[in-house]
Amino acid sequence: MQNILLVQSLTKKFDDFTAVNNVSFNVETGSIFAFLGPNGAGKSTTIKMLTTVLKPTSGEISINGFNVLKEQDKARESFGIVFQDHSLDDDLTAYENMIYHAVVYKVPRKEREERIRKAFEIVGLWDRREDLVKNYSGGMKRRLEIARALVHYPRILFLEEPTVGLDPQTRNSIWSHIRNLNTERKMTIFLTTHYMEEAEAIADQIAIIDHGKIIESGTVEEIKKQTETESLEEAFLKLTGRDIRDDNNGVKPRMMRGMGRMR
Amino acid sequence: MIEVIYILCLRQLKHYWRSKTRLIGSLGQPLLFLIAFGFGIGPMYSKANGGADYINFLAPGIITMGILFTAVFSGLEVIWDRQFGFLKETMVAPISRTEIMIGKTFGGATIAIIQGLLVLSLTYLIGFRITSLGSLVLGLVFMFLIAVFFTGLGLSIASKMKDMQGFQMILNFLIMPIFFLSGALFPITNLPPAILFISRIDPLTYGVDGLRGAITGISTFGIYSDLAVIGVLSLLICAVGTVLFSKIEA
Repeated sequence: MQNILLVQSLTKKFDDFTAVNNVSFNVETGSIFAFLGPNGAGKSTTIKMLTTVLKPTSGEISINGFNVLKEQDKARESFGIVFQDHSLDDDLTAYENMIYHAVVYKVPRKEREERIRKAFEIVGLWDRREDLVKNYSGGMKRRLEIARALVHYPRILFLEEPTVGLDPQTRNSIWSHIRNLNTERKMTIFLTTHYMEEAEAIADQIAIIDHGKIIESGTVEEIKKQTETESLEEAFLKLTGRDIRDDNNGVKPRMMRGMGRMR
Repeated sequence: MIEVIYILCLRQLKHYWRSKTRLIGSLGQPLLFLIAFGFGIGPMYSKANGGADYINFLAPGIITMGILFTAVFSGLEVIWDRQFGFLKETMVAPISRTEIMIGKTFGGATIAIIQGLLVLSLTYLIGFRITSLGSLVLGLVFMFLIAVFFTGLGLSIASKMKDMQGFQMILNFLIMPIFFLSGALFPITNLPPAILFISRIDPLTYGVDGLRGAITGISTFGIYSDLAVIGVLSLLICAVGTVLFSKIEA
């Protein structure tokens, strides 16, 4: 089995605070990979580095065979991302958001309409394509963001907490879309979530990160066995402790909040 | 490349077109300046200059004002893009930062020129006239360069700003002085040396002087030197903006 994503000794330092500390892992092509960790563990920082938003202090990343640092645009063409927070243009219609994406991702002109229609249909928003995004509900926006990330046929899809703040109906439908993408299109899925039962239900492989280091990885069964627990949630709590974390480890709150805003 | 630039422009034009309040609201200030200065200072100017018409002097200045503010704000819009998250969508796309800079500069500049033309039509209400088509075309060249330079400036500043906190400061300590000391409202030739020095390093001074020279024939430095200065500065700011954009960690 090939690996679509290879991460080697990835490190990110903000001044004297190490957000991600010498992290290495691989994601198999065609798998669903869940990247879990408490708030401030280094998840977001890692994803930002994987998706070219943030430059690593050191380490190597390869996506779809392209070096993320040296062949940035090739790597960018290979992945799609649904960011943790809102990234649509509310003053454009849903369709205009899609066209914008198709053009900046250089989707061939004659394929655009067809691909956009397909993506809309996957998330069931075709009939609402002419609405301004600001008139969409939270769940519709999330679905639109997922649809948008599919237009350039990414080989790997990054999903940052795709279901946060959504009602059970929408969550269910989003997970079934994601599963379909994985089985039917053989798209690799890299996701983060705080809902352990969701990760447990969907993920082939799991990595748990805390304090900037990967502390456990494997299949759900392996992790449960390793920690002698009944569920992923219990395993997670056993591994990362029960203390409530301040966001961003509380180490550099001001700095990190600034980074958050820059996203 | 062309299509990417086009879609970035189109997005900004749609924003502009869809916010009619902003479109109309932004004409209020130039109109007020035209009336207050045109009729208030006009007679004094005429007396001091042997009967010269102040409206002729003022109109290019107010057109420039419309372009200046619209251009800078279009550039600063990137800060909103960042706050509302859309900037990420553009920054992770497989396009060069040069394309992003050019696209956004053209988008902002196009809006600024439209704004300039709207202000030009306002000046017709108080009796300003452009005498020949040639002057208008030359005037458009200057309007374009002023628009490009100040959109580029707005973008460059925005690439360094995290939120709108510093906005008031930029307005009061950069944009307002640039406008008031550019010679848009009064001739700079009689200014005391220290102030004149500021005027001479103010990029807008050459923009106003060039535009005025083009559409009314009144020019202090000569339109070709104006053209050279504002043209070179526009290219320079685009280069600076591109470098700054490539460093953004969205």
